[in-house]
Amino acid sequence: MAQELSFLLNETEIHLTEVGSRDTLLDFLRLNRRLTGTKEGCAEGDCGACTVLIGRLLDGRLHYEPINACIRFLASCHGCHVVTVEHLRGADGGLHPVQAAMVEHHGSQCGFCTPGFVMALYGLWMQNPRPDIGAIETALQGNLCRCTGYEPIVKAAFAASEAGGQNMDALNVERERVTAWLAAIPKTRVDVARGDDRAILPADAADLAQVLAEHPKATIVAGATDVGLWVTKFLRNISPAVFIGHLGDLKKIELDRDQITIGAGVTYSEFEPFVLQHFPEALDYWQRIGGWQVRNAGTIGGNVANGSPIGETPPLLIALGATMTLRSTGGTRELPVEDYFIAYGKQDRRPDEFVESITVPLKGQARIAAYKVSKRHHADITASAAAFRVETDGTTIIDARVAFGGMAATPKRAANAEAALNGQPFAAETFEAAARAVANDFQPLSDWRASAEYRQQLAANFFRRFWLEQSGGDHRLRRVE
Amino acid sequence: MKQDVTIKGAAHTPIIHDSAIKHVTGQADYTDDIVEPTGTLHAYLGLSTVAHGRIRSIDLEAVRKAPGVHLVLTAEDIPGVNDICPNGLNDEPLLASSEVQFHGQPIFAVIAETRDLARRACQLARIEYEELPHVLDAISARDAGMPYVVTPLKLARGDMSELERAPRRIEGRLTVGGQEHFYLESQVAFAIPGEDDEVTINVSTQHPSEVQHMVAHVLGVPSNAVVVNVRRMGGGFGGKESQMNPFACVAAVAAKRLRRAVKLRPDRDDDFAITGKRHDFVIDYRFGYDDDGRILAVDADFYARCGFSSDLSGPVTDRALFHADNAYYYPAVELRSHPLKTNTCSNTAFRGFGGPQGVVMAERVVEDIAYALGRDPLEIRKLNLYRNGQLTPYHQEVEDQILPRIFEELEASSDYHARRQAVLDHNARARERGDAIRKGIALTPVKFGISFTKTSYNQAGSLIHIYADGSIHLNHGGTEMGQGLNTKVAQVAAEALGVHIDRIKITKTTTEKVPNTSATAASSGSDLNGMAALDGCRQLVKRLTAYAAQAHGVPPETVSIGETVRIGTKAMPFEEFIQAAYLARVQLSAAGFYKTPKIHWNRDTGQGRPFYYFAYGAACSEVSVDTLTGEYVIERSDVLHDVGRSLNPAIDKGQVEGAFVQGTGWLTSEELWWDDKGRLRTHAPSTYKIPLASDRPRIFNVKLADWSVNRENTIKRSKAVGEPPFMLGISVYQALNMAVASFNDYRENPRIDAPATPERVLMAIEKLR
Repeated sequence: MAQELSFLLNETEIHLTEVGSRDTLLDFLRLNRRLTGTKEGCAEGDCGACTVLIGRLLDGRLHYEPINACIRFLASCHGCHVVTVEHLRGADGGLHPVQAAMVEHHGSQCGFCTPGFVMALYGLWMQNPRPDIGAIETALQGNLCRCTGYEPIVKAAFAASEAGGQNMDALNVERERVTAWLAAIPKTRVDVARGDDRAILPADAADLAQVLAEHPKATIVAGATDVGLWVTKFLRNISPAVFIGHLGDLKKIELDRDQITIGAGVTYSEFEPFVLQHFPEALDYWQRIGGWQVRNAGTIGGNVANGSPIGETPPLLIALGATMTLRSTGGTRELPVEDYFIAYGKQDRRPDEFVESITVPLKGQARIAAYKVSKRHHADITASAAAFRVETDGTTIIDARVAFGGMAATPKRAANAEAALNGQPFAAETFEAAARAVANDFQPLSDWRASAEYRQQLAANFFRRFWLEQSGGDHRLRRVE
Repeated sequence: MKQDVTIKGAAHTPIIHDSAIKHVTGQADYTDDIVEPTGTLHAYLGLSTVAHGRIRSIDLEAVRKAPGVHLVLTAEDIPGVNDICPNGLNDEPLLASSEVQFHGQPIFAVIAETRDLARRACQLARIEYEELPHVLDAISARDAGMPYVVTPLKLARGDMSELERAPRRIEGRLTVGGQEHFYLESQVAFAIPGEDDEVTINVSTQHPSEVQHMVAHVLGVPSNAVVVNVRRMGGGFGGKESQMNPFACVAAVAAKRLRRAVKLRPDRDDDFAITGKRHDFVIDYRFGYDDDGRILAVDADFYARCGFSSDLSGPVTDRALFHADNAYYYPAVELRSHPLKTNTCSNTAFRGFGGPQGVVMAERVVEDIAYALGRDPLEIRKLNLYRNGQLTPYHQEVEDQILPRIFEELEASSDYHARRQAVLDHNARARERGDAIRKGIALTPVKFGISFTKTSYNQAGSLIHIYADGSIHLNHGGTEMGQGLNTKVAQVAAEALGVHIDRIKITKTTTEKVPNTSATAASSGSDLNGMAALDGCRQLVKRLTAYAAQAHGVPPETVSIGETVRIGTKAMPFEEFIQAAYLARVQLSAAGFYKTPKIHWNRDTGQGRPFYYFAYGAACSEVSVDTLTGEYVIERSDVLHDVGRSLNPAIDKGQVEGAFVQGTGWLTSEELWWDDKGRLRTHAPSTYKIPLASDRPRIFNVKLADWSVNRENTIKRSKAVGEPPFMLGISVYQALNMAVASFNDYRENPRIDAPATPERVLMAIEKLR
């Protein structure tokens, strides 16, 4: 067991023995290291002003992606390369192509959001040298600018792409050295504290089970896209916190003939290519989860385990008939994802258990769809969401599963609506009947995201939308052309 | 004076923002980035947890004993006056003592070793309240007999009996939402105590002199003891014109008490809770018009949610009335403001300053007519445009109307008429086939009055030093919040002195150099400070020219100051000339001054010339609406906007684009939602949704009307740009309205209230379906 946290910060090796579970990366950067280029705009992962790159080894390969430093816990940076705007420079020591493009295209006005935009664009520039407008807008979902109206920033993104130069970029030039340095950090349990605020990083999944057996009251922290706010907004004590985002054995994605098993630590971004390949109908839905930084940090396992009534992934997983595996030192058990959600804030997980994986049956011949509505199209929490999995024998519906988020205290299937579909002709009237029936499935709340009436109307309209799409024709807004 | 070299960065050139490189490298210092002196402490505010109540008891024992706590401040600890009201009405305590008037009102402050410790300690307070009934919105306030926070305004002109005689009449109610500024840099103040009664405050503010006055007032010291510095803000938008006061004042009081530097930066959620926002309005209107669609008489009541105190609600609600005509002539008119007190944060300045809310009503009137008559709303707009010589409701003559030309050019460049037909065709097809996507298009104008309506604010100063090495230090009373003011003023100075702009260092705004400044607000920054800088530069040029002529024995007409100074037949570099001038004991420093001519305003009579001139613009926007969810996208927006002769076309275009998107945010996804306890539940970007990159118009053609020249003698004949284009976002709002109207074959105006969230759009569709 190590009692030291190790990571690289730009060019500096950092070793820390006194780290609390609540310490955020942003405070460390700004207060301890005086790297003030990284800004705090919201402290909840919604504005992107604190965007930095995190480099991690995935299957031995060094991978950089932007994340929000404000809700990233320092402890979870163990074994990573943290890259801030101060590290960004051109091969000649001048401006980096991304920075030069932002200057040339007047991409900054007040400048406060700018370092965050630069870092998100840097991440995009490295990952995708020839982004189209859709890729640029997707990469910028997690960055708010209140001054420019974004047009010059989008132009700068294209210009940076034109400028190229990825091979000469410092992070690529130094890739081998950084990879070796990170790989040399021993894969043992890390246990550090600041006073009585304690952070534990298990060595592997088996060790995680052991840690939870030792500390049944521990807070499990994966991507921290929700737990981060418990600390930054509600000042909650999460000690002892067990950090699991680094565990390679929770990051596996295994494809069988008819199912995919997703390790609980797989992030939304890591799974996105599989969505594209196996559930392309849900890609738009997937890219509406958080912003890019949130999808780079947040995990599917964490999203499910957390038990939010809105879910994001649970409606989709439930509609697809996914199961989940929970693990403890006593072994593993499986249950359907829909059974995990017992009531608001109450899930079927013992304190010593953790979500190990989620298994999703491939869709086969079934027709699927996933819809989400929110006040703003991207990076907004769902007002109402629905996922469909409908099997027909050509003319008749033989199996319909429709699950909703934002409509009840938990993500939940629409029993009445499903009953109105099952065994009925695959036809407009059937979906119209289901649209009426779903009114009896939920008694949604009115809140700042949506009124109950609107949620009910959306629920009904999702059935109409599903039919319209299945019967041909183009009925959805295209965000990007 | 002639110049024989082309200088870098002259006026009218599109140079980059002076801080652009510092922005992209993270080297630009904001208030929270300034290096802290040893021993800096951090303050945090404890807030009311009820919307209205008498404070029964405040128990702060646990707070005082919390780890790292040095001091707890309550109202009793304020050495001067417990008031931060910016207008003299004394209705806004810095810290509430006996009564709290909104959820989130500051009651006490904790000063501790770290911000985190101060924040945690705040949670330990035990405050008991006797809860009193609270009123949250303007109509409830009216019905409950809540007082006005300031004297209302009435504007009247013409014979209102025309309203009853009009062949056609319409009345309606328009609800238009407020808006959170969401400056990316939240409020922050950092006070450093000095000797005797002195204190220096670094603060993110648009109004350093206001901070100076308030801190002096709260400390009970003269203004000469207080220095306020602002290098730059991470956005302001009006939210830092008066709303920085509580933070600056608490930091200053704590710093003086403890004789240590004290910083105060609220969490974003607390910033939302404490600080005021754009006023939301309920507008009841009645108007008469003729069969051609000509407006004959307009009568309207503007009910505004002002919050618990007056703040800037007087001039904001006044400006709503000033712009209730937008670009249209009302032959007879009566407009009344109702600035109502509510138990919410005190609403304040926000880009447009009430004007946008007035403009929305004018556009509603036009659309009501268009739908009633079955006409293209653009025809009604054009029919009712002001002609020069006509009087506004405040009796100012319109003299500079250019909208007909703007319309003509924009109709052509946006291909409005063909595209409107295509939209109509699309919707007809969609109706026939049951398609889910409907479209809408609208072309809307803006006319915006430029000047502070408080005439005394229309003054500015500058201070320019030329050092003996030829480097130039430029200072003025305006503040930089991203709008490029410093760049534009430096361009003016560079041109006036005939030197390259990189010779000029733009420095922080400080009350030590230019006193008694106005807020950088009302779009006035460049107009006022550019002129003040020009005045200073002219003094220097005059002085240097006289010296050169005298020293070299040549006529002054043969002298030109610049990078190369020419004196008769001689030429020398600027540095050499300045060195000689210094040695000859020529004063190389000048204070410039400017006050806007021609303007006057009598609020009691509702008459005058409050505005020096008008800025104009128009936008055409097309939207697609998903009629199953109410979601939408802006397919295309074309903008043609008037900034006179632009001081910097790149910066001005950035202002137009940014204002447009901010305006669309106000009218679409940005919704403020208070629960029945008076808690603002849209409290941070997680719940309050400003536009993203993917929300901007898919095609966005923004042009400046490069032929426009301000007919008034403004700085280089430019026009103000900060606020006017904000209202161009209304084109999106009206386009959404049209898409919805397609469900009723455009027979009636769907009258979607603002913001037109997907929910409001869908519910409006369902009503018509």
